[in-house]
Amino acid sequence: MTAKPLRFKDAHRLTFKGVLTKYWQLYLLFIPVAIWYILFSYAPMTSITIALKRLSVLRGIAGSPWVGWENFEQMFAAPMFWRAFRNTLIISAQNLLFGFPAPIIFALLLNEMSAPRFKKTVQTISYLPHFISWSVAGGLVYMLLSLNTGTINNLVVALGGEAQNFIGMNAWFRTIVVVSGIWKSLGWSAIVYLAAITGVDEQLYEAAYMDGAGRLSRLWHVTLPGIRSTISVMLILQVGNLLSVNFDQIYILINEMVYETGETLDYYIYRVGLYSTNNFSMATAVGLIKSLIGFVLVLSTNLITKKITDGEGGIW
Amino acid sequence: MNNRQVRSKADIAFQIVNTVLMILILICTLYPFWYVIVCSLSSISHVTNSVVLMWPDGIHWDAYEQVFRNDLVPVAYGNTVFVTIIGTAISMVITSLSAFVLSRKELPGNRALTLFAVFTMLFNAGLVPFYLQVRDLGLLNTRWSLIWPFALSTYNTVILRNFFKSVPNALYEASAIDGSSYIGYFFRILLPLSMPSIATITLFYAVSYWNAYFYSILFITDRTLYPIQAILRQVLMSSEFNTMLYDDATQSLPSEMLKCAMIVITALPILCVYPFLQRYFVKGIMVGSLKG
Repeated sequence: MTAKPLRFKDAHRLTFKGVLTKYWQLYLLFIPVAIWYILFSYAPMTSITIALKRLSVLRGIAGSPWVGWENFEQMFAAPMFWRAFRNTLIISAQNLLFGFPAPIIFALLLNEMSAPRFKKTVQTISYLPHFISWSVAGGLVYMLLSLNTGTINNLVVALGGEAQNFIGMNAWFRTIVVVSGIWKSLGWSAIVYLAAITGVDEQLYEAAYMDGAGRLSRLWHVTLPGIRSTISVMLILQVGNLLSVNFDQIYILINEMVYETGETLDYYIYRVGLYSTNNFSMATAVGLIKSLIGFVLVLSTNLITKKITDGEGGIW
Repeated sequence: MNNRQVRSKADIAFQIVNTVLMILILICTLYPFWYVIVCSLSSISHVTNSVVLMWPDGIHWDAYEQVFRNDLVPVAYGNTVFVTIIGTAISMVITSLSAFVLSRKELPGNRALTLFAVFTMLFNAGLVPFYLQVRDLGLLNTRWSLIWPFALSTYNTVILRNFFKSVPNALYEASAIDGSSYIGYFFRILLPLSMPSIATITLFYAVSYWNAYFYSILFITDRTLYPIQAILRQVLMSSEFNTMLYDDATQSLPSEMLKCAMIVITALPILCVYPFLQRYFVKGIMVGSLKG
């Protein structure tokens, strides 16, 4: 039993050999982790080069000829690329406009409920949709909108209208995406705001009450300002993901009739690269552009978040 | 907030409107589930004649019998269980190793290793290079293609690392004085202490393995290897259920009823365990949102 003196602060003074003797176990434990990251995250990055090649199946990636920016030129000239780009931005914007405020409003109203048990029940049930897969959630959408038996079309017919195949209509597709997205994430996204609300100083409510503020005015003048920093952090995070519309959701809901309004960048990459045509090079080029823009967006929004919250709110 | 005994009329009105609104949200959340359950259990005439399905007219198992007549459904269920159990076990090993190493601030190179992990959250190679890599590793058309590529989630690692960081360092120092190595500390002290957080992350992984469906369609062409979510997706996409599942197409039920039964079968395990486990999930997101 030798009691080794612990001098963590001296670590930088250790020699390479000293570091290894002291920490070899930690490095050893990290080896499987590093191998996983290399195999599934970093090795694929090396095949990004196929965006600059004309991929030949016979010659493989290494043997395929370089073609410079040809795939990118082809991509920027493709109307379908711009359509997918536009659709992604529009759906993201609608998610931001309607999907972002929804859990905030829900959290604020839920917090005002005076019956604690009812409040708890509503909250617990509201998380539920978050835990089912998008294939199940998509199934629910299909069933409720079904032409013959779906509740929505039944109601439309009962009110004297004509049954519509909503899921196959360009006029409705984005609405379905946004509404089903809100349905699935409302309760789960509200957790963060509910937690922030419990952190608002109780004395502020007392003071507002003394001043004769009613419920709505307390909500507006005390609660909402109290969770402002949480709201801005969440907003910025969502802006950082502007080019990522949930792929699982689009994949289950989309069909050929609504490519015009519903095909996002991710789906376009999938369709060009792995579904209808196997244009690996161009799909990689589109993916690279998407990743790069996303990278810049996330980095800059994280920087802004850190500024706003004095270094507390960044994701790393 | 309960010391406001004096209530104005406006407050009471607000309270009533708010309660109604919350009940509406509850109904909107639950009705889709209720609808598919009722639809799958009702008789044909009940489903086709009701405007808003509220209650089944008795219990009819026909739709379920027809779904289970196909061997693919139990096989797919087995595949999902396999992927969920084995996948979650593998994930927990790698994730706890990674979280432990990254939580040791004194380790030289810790920042570099953290960057190495976190960078993959910020930038990825894209779908096609990822697919090609899985193909080159020979994983296509195996159930392992649904496990290995998704075995490590950096997001879950960060959550677990934050848990580990919240364990007082004095415990490590004490165990080091007793002659314990890092590995000894990890297994004998840290893991037993962190069981609640380990449970949370285990649930996160289990749910994501259970719910994954897109990559199984991408990586697997042999239908006997499909997980249940992929079968559900195929069933939803086919306009005629029977042509997808049965060769002897003698369809007696509307495809909607079979699809509803299929949805219920797929979602049921999650719906059953959810009430007991939801508090662990909530705990996870709360700790995860703290910066470590």
